[in-house]
Amino acid sequence: MTNSIEELEKDAKCIFVIGSNTTENHPVIGMKIKKNVLYRGAKLIVADPRRIDLAEMADVYMAHLPGTDVALINGMMNVIINEGLVDKEFIDNCTEGYEAMAEVVAKYTPEYVEKITTVPAEDIRKAARIYAESEAAVICYAMGVTQHSTGTDNVKSICNLAMLTGNIGRPGTGVDPLRGQNNVQGSCDMGGLPVTYPGYQAVTNEAVRAKFEAAWGVPLPPNNGLTLTETINKAHEGQIKALVVIGENPMMSDPDLHHVEEALEKLDFLVVQDIFLTETARYADVVLPGVTFAEKDGTFTNTERRVQRVRKAIDPIDGAKPDWQIICELATRMGYPMHYNSPEEIFEEMKALTPSYAGMSYARLEGRGLQWPCPSADHPGTPFLHKDGKFTRGKGLFSAIEFKEPRELPDEEYPLILTTGRNLYHYHTGTMTRRSVALDKHVPEAELEINPHLAAKMGIRDGEKVRLSTRRGSVEIKAKITDILAENVVFTTFHFHEAAVNWLTNADSLDPVAKIPEYKVCAARIDKI
Amino acid sequence: MVTLTVNGRQIKAPRGSTILEACRLNGIEIPTLCYDPDLRLAGSCRMCLVEAKGRPLFLASCVAPAEDGMVIETESPDIVEARRIVLELLAARHDFSCQTCEKNGDCKFQDYCYRYGVKDSRFTDGGRHVYPIDDPNPFIERDYNKCIMCTRCVRACEEITVARAINVKDRGHNAKIATAFDGHLADSPCVFCGQCIMVCPVGALTSKVSAGKGRAYEVDRVLTTCTYCGTGCTLELNVKDNQVVGVTSNRSEEYSPVNKGALCVKGRFGWDFINSPDRLTTPLIKENGEFREASWDEALDLVAARLQAIKESSGPDSMAVFTSARMTNEENYLAQKFARAVLGTNNVDHCARL
Ligand code: SF4
Ligand code: SF4
Ligand code: SF4
Ligand code: FES
Repeated sequence: MTNSIEELEKDAKCIFVIGSNTTENHPVIGMKIKKNVLYRGAKLIVADPRRIDLAEMADVYMAHLPGTDVALINGMMNVIINEGLVDKEFIDNCTEGYEAMAEVVAKYTPEYVEKITTVPAEDIRKAARIYAESEAAVICYAMGVTQHSTGTDNVKSICNLAMLTGNIGRPGTGVDPLRGQNNVQGSCDMGGLPVTYPGYQAVTNEAVRAKFEAAWGVPLPPNNGLTLTETINKAHEGQIKALVVIGENPMMSDPDLHHVEEALEKLDFLVVQDIFLTETARYADVVLPGVTFAEKDGTFTNTERRVQRVRKAIDPIDGAKPDWQIICELATRMGYPMHYNSPEEIFEEMKALTPSYAGMSYARLEGRGLQWPCPSADHPGTPFLHKDGKFTRGKGLFSAIEFKEPRELPDEEYPLILTTGRNLYHYHTGTMTRRSVALDKHVPEAELEINPHLAAKMGIRDGEKVRLSTRRGSVEIKAKITDILAENVVFTTFHFHEAAVNWLTNADSLDPVAKIPEYKVCAARIDKI
Repeated sequence: MVTLTVNGRQIKAPRGSTILEACRLNGIEIPTLCYDPDLRLAGSCRMCLVEAKGRPLFLASCVAPAEDGMVIETESPDIVEARRIVLELLAARHDFSCQTCEKNGDCKFQDYCYRYGVKDSRFTDGGRHVYPIDDPNPFIERDYNKCIMCTRCVRACEEITVARAINVKDRGHNAKIATAFDGHLADSPCVFCGQCIMVCPVGALTSKVSAGKGRAYEVDRVLTTCTYCGTGCTLELNVKDNQVVGVTSNRSEEYSPVNKGALCVKGRFGWDFINSPDRLTTPLIKENGEFREASWDEALDLVAARLQAIKESSGPDSMAVFTSARMTNEENYLAQKFARAVLGTNNVDHCARL
């Protein structure tokens, strides 16, 4: 997030939520948004193919077809430009590339966009005006925006919209991606990415590499590595031979599980470190038992870049070891001694190499934690980025972006759009929540949301099992009839191994830059059983 | 600032404070039941009554403004008697079953009855309503036989969670907290956040997941960060005999900066996977397609040897590490260091995108 969570409750005057079912996936943030809208009069715009909880209280709700985000946002920008609602001063002083962007946007009139997105032109106008005329407008988005073959384009479009109206760098404004998992921000910050060391320092930058080589005492590889999805593909081709999986579950979370399964089977050696024998661990040659967050010390970094302490509450259960100790023991056995007495020692080493964390220490993290960047021991942390319109690269760059259709569109054989996500009661691949007795009792199985008209046409009753198929396979799943989505769209979650929807999703359709799979759109059909 | 005299002592407080706030600021404790600093004032329980010189009626200190020159008594004999009556009126509808109550030892009502020596009630003529305890949801036990009608749960549901699942039904003796049609929470807009449990001063609302696992005075509370979504809520793990037995909220902004104690259903009720019998408790090595148990030494030696061999035969870039968005920063740092410095490859990633 460029800004802080608190601002969504107190400072934002208009909140535009797109591709985020906030009340289910970031519930406490959802509560804050609702509070601001209901009790402080903030305006709410919601764009989502499903009429989610937040849509019920929105000033404008736009049910755009999955995969048409760029068109929708270009449409809003078209209105803002044509009605003279742009922030000219901000554009002149803080940005570049406006002309090229405006040229592309010119043809995206609301009427044209209505044809692509199915959102009434009048609603696009209304949303554009509310967003542009607000004193402080913020955009919240999540996987509904990123999990597309055009995910990077979608994000750039959102940045365009914020810059066009100068809604960045002030309290209550900004572009706020809501990060899904507790420490996904931290994993990225720590260099759990194939192209960057901790603190987003490029592995291809020689000076940076020299710094890490000196600190770690070994020569380091100069080439970018492979992303998770690419790694699976290369394993499939036989080029990746060994894989170390620490607390991940690609056999549930990755697209097209047949493909993942074949890839894992082709590996010469797979080691999985986890707290349970996950779907992925079953394919392993060696499984190493790790521990839960209750059994170790450390830090997590939340979606607003706030680094907070994780504290050991109980001793590791018998037979398991904290993951950091396992890594140290492996490294030492492979001839690279790693010895730390505590996670705090690791933190100290990390911060010396990571400018944005350099000013932090466990002592300073007591209480409220710190938001990065925090470059020095006397720096108070940074609640919002791009203050006064200053961007990391100097000026904010507009991108001229044309709408592109999702990779796999419905056809006669597979006439529906399948889109996937999460629900309030479960988390990711379900390894933890499915084993939390109350959560699993309350929501014990996957449901496929189907529009009542479609259900009536096919004679499907609520609660009946149907077969959901795509070009990659099929699962049997319970039908839930609901009018929150359109007749040609169906939705389900990926938490349940009994109906693991990622047997059906598409691994070939990736965003070219971010390599994110297109979970939000693939062509599907349903059949009565 | 205003200056007032409380129990013979001069105190100062910012203008606009209530008498209660002024007293608490100066370390003078006044009992309260319906008051909650994060919620709209109700001023309904009368527990916080104080005497102000020159005023004919007692004042509810949680709502009465502190005025310059006020002379206040917070524990005069008349006030103590008034509080006893308040407690006795509430006791008339309260089912004292402290011996089995989850809240025993952490219950404001029990504390105040003890403090003011209230054993039973003079006001039981109308008889006590007996409410069934039958909401089948797996999260929240609703026992309205213990409810003292402070309405904190209603206000928390409305103002913190904004779910508006519950409200006061009927008035007076028949008043009761209920969902729209006095049904089950699962059939209401309830999202099972448990904010109502967090604010309930008595044992009317408690966690079914923690039931019977330990009372407040038996557990240590360890402040930590939720393991689920990226919001990063602060919560307290309740620990008894080296086992996690529950989750509670820390409501101080100083320690719970993101959520001020508010949680969602996963954070509050989704902790028992920690004790799941499915936890892995020994390394496993696969032989002829079957796992067998192994010692740590054997398993780690095997992994190190196999990785070393593959590194030598096929090169570092034939290996990859998947680190995890659920592990700590420290572990992520080590995992990528392991990939880069030990294996010698930049093939390290996690499921940020999934
Ligand atoms: S659990 Fe949350 S939503 Fe449900 S009644 Fe309690 S406060 Fe309201
Ligand atoms: S259930 Fe608890 S919080 Fe709600 S009114 Fe009764 S005593 Fe107060
Ligand atoms: S309590 Fe709920 S909203 Fe808060 S971090 Fe945990 S999962 Fe997210
Ligand atoms: S605490 Fe003041 S009236 Fe209840």
